[in-house]
Amino acid sequence: MSEIFGIPVAVIPGQLMLGLVNGSFYALLSLGLAVIFGLMGVVNFAHGAFYTLGAFAALLGLQWFGINYWAALLLAPLAVGLLGIVVERLFLRGLHRLDPLYGLLMTFGLALIAEGSLHQVFGSSGQSYPVPEALAGAIDLGFMILPLYRAWVIIASVVVCFGTWFVIERTRLGATLRAATENAPLLQAFGVNVPRLVAATYGGGVALAALAGVLAAPVVLVNSHMGTSLVIVVFAVVVIGGMGSILGSIVSGLALGVVEGFTKVIYPEASNIVVFIIMALVLILRPAGLFGKE
Amino acid sequence: MRTTGLFYALAALFALCAPWLGIYPVFMMQLLCFAMFACAYNLLLGFGRMLSFGHAAFFGSAAYATSWLVTSHAWGPAAAILAGIMVSAVLGVAIGALAIRRQGIYFAMITLALAQLVYFVCLEAPFTGGENGLQGVPRGSLLGVLPLKADLAMYYLVLAIFFAVFVFIRRVVHSPFGQVLKAIRDNESRAVSLGYEISRYKLVAFVLSAALAGLAGSLKALVLGFVTLADVQQSTSGEVVLMTLLGGTGTFFGPIVGAAVVVTLQQYLSDIVGGWVTAIIGAVFVACVLSFRRGIVGELAALRLRHFLS
Repeated sequence: MSEIFGIPVAVIPGQLMLGLVNGSFYALLSLGLAVIFGLMGVVNFAHGAFYTLGAFAALLGLQWFGINYWAALLLAPLAVGLLGIVVERLFLRGLHRLDPLYGLLMTFGLALIAEGSLHQVFGSSGQSYPVPEALAGAIDLGFMILPLYRAWVIIASVVVCFGTWFVIERTRLGATLRAATENAPLLQAFGVNVPRLVAATYGGGVALAALAGVLAAPVVLVNSHMGTSLVIVVFAVVVIGGMGSILGSIVSGLALGVVEGFTKVIYPEASNIVVFIIMALVLILRPAGLFGKE
Repeated sequence: MRTTGLFYALAALFALCAPWLGIYPVFMMQLLCFAMFACAYNLLLGFGRMLSFGHAAFFGSAAYATSWLVTSHAWGPAAAILAGIMVSAVLGVAIGALAIRRQGIYFAMITLALAQLVYFVCLEAPFTGGENGLQGVPRGSLLGVLPLKADLAMYYLVLAIFFAVFVFIRRVVHSPFGQVLKAIRDNESRAVSLGYEISRYKLVAFVLSAALAGLAGSLKALVLGFVTLADVQQSTSGEVVLMTLLGGTGTFFGPIVGAAVVVTLQQYLSDIVGGWVTAIIGAVFVACVLSFRRGIVGELAALRLRHFLS
């Protein structure tokens, strides 16, 4: 048997890899969205812009200061996370008591400012970021050629995603965070500085997006609109998974990446829209999302 | 009330005389099309409190349908516009039926994602001209009698349709249907407990808004003579949100003011600041949400009300 569902068996592992790489980015982004939404009730439309900023931070760090990939992996999310904290203080805190739609409109405006400025300063053609030396090349596993960098992206994102899950579900800090999600005024009455917690959460959520941006830099072209269409797919992923569940957003992110990867082989024309079609089906069959509670 | 009537009369007079005041008719027509688009959008956001982030799908798909029928099948403008409205209405039923299954921010994300689906279809479908779009769309002549090639004839047609749409939307909002829609907007659970089947009302509002957005798109395609991917793109969906928000959601005149400001800015600002237009539009968004959430017309009305009360 050399074909399964019309796919030559030989391309399956490679396609699975590609799908998982995209799925890793979806997972990192939807995880951040879910955490921010859970605590603040804000859909962060600027999430794609923070992803783009992460990639640009890595690229400019390398070009201007010679900061290498490994340092950028730490510094870029840190810088973008700090920027996120500033953004939360200046623009989002005041909207706290209003209709959540205003938060959405505000972050949409912020995304336009960031992406429009990057476009104007760096142009629309992408720049490539070199793959770090230690991860260049590929190894032959016998049944497939494994590009090292792609394997690294998958492993790193899965570790970070489950690390975040662990922090939120199994540590004291996470317990405080979940308490704030349940009942913020009560937590405040217990002496926890909730506004600071909210700012830190927003910073942490966008830092995850920036980390995805740095991981993506060597495999995509770094340009001002790299996050624009990605974030729309991530929204669909979030609708499919249901935003209530952290684990749900990780799993659906990875799974949809894989589905998209295989669609590219079976029916390439539909690869851009398959996630949206799945979203439509989920809305018909289970409106609250696969892992959502309602 | 009397000042409002006077204001409408002045605005109508201005629109009628605009071509003789030295204002370029094509610019005015473009403005009217976007004003119509924003009014259609306002019906949904302002009176139904449904924040759609995918209205470009209706605007653009109707524009594509009309252009394709006119260029490839030599349809007349009236029939092609009607077909465009049909396409966007059918699309409105499909997208609306899915989106109203969730509320608030989910509604926004679902419309955005489904509009992106429409965008990819327009990008890859064989009859949309891909990246180039459809160029050289002729205006033809209305019902075979009135040639629309001259800008002036086209201008008055667009203006007449705009008036009709404006009056229609006012009529809808003031009708029993519109009152129920507002009741749902203000308190959904109360409307449910009063026995209204809210999803039906929401869907009708969505389809109406989609169809009128399609009308605006079809007209715009005929006015400018082309349709491109920009008409179905996410940025166009964002622009119509901005126009409505800036002018004043839930006011009748607000979307027109908002559209006028945004279209004028885009037209003249791009000469001065070049590529910074996107960033400036983003800044206007932020300023709107931070400091005048009621929009220009909404803030003015609130000011007058306060003056009246004191």
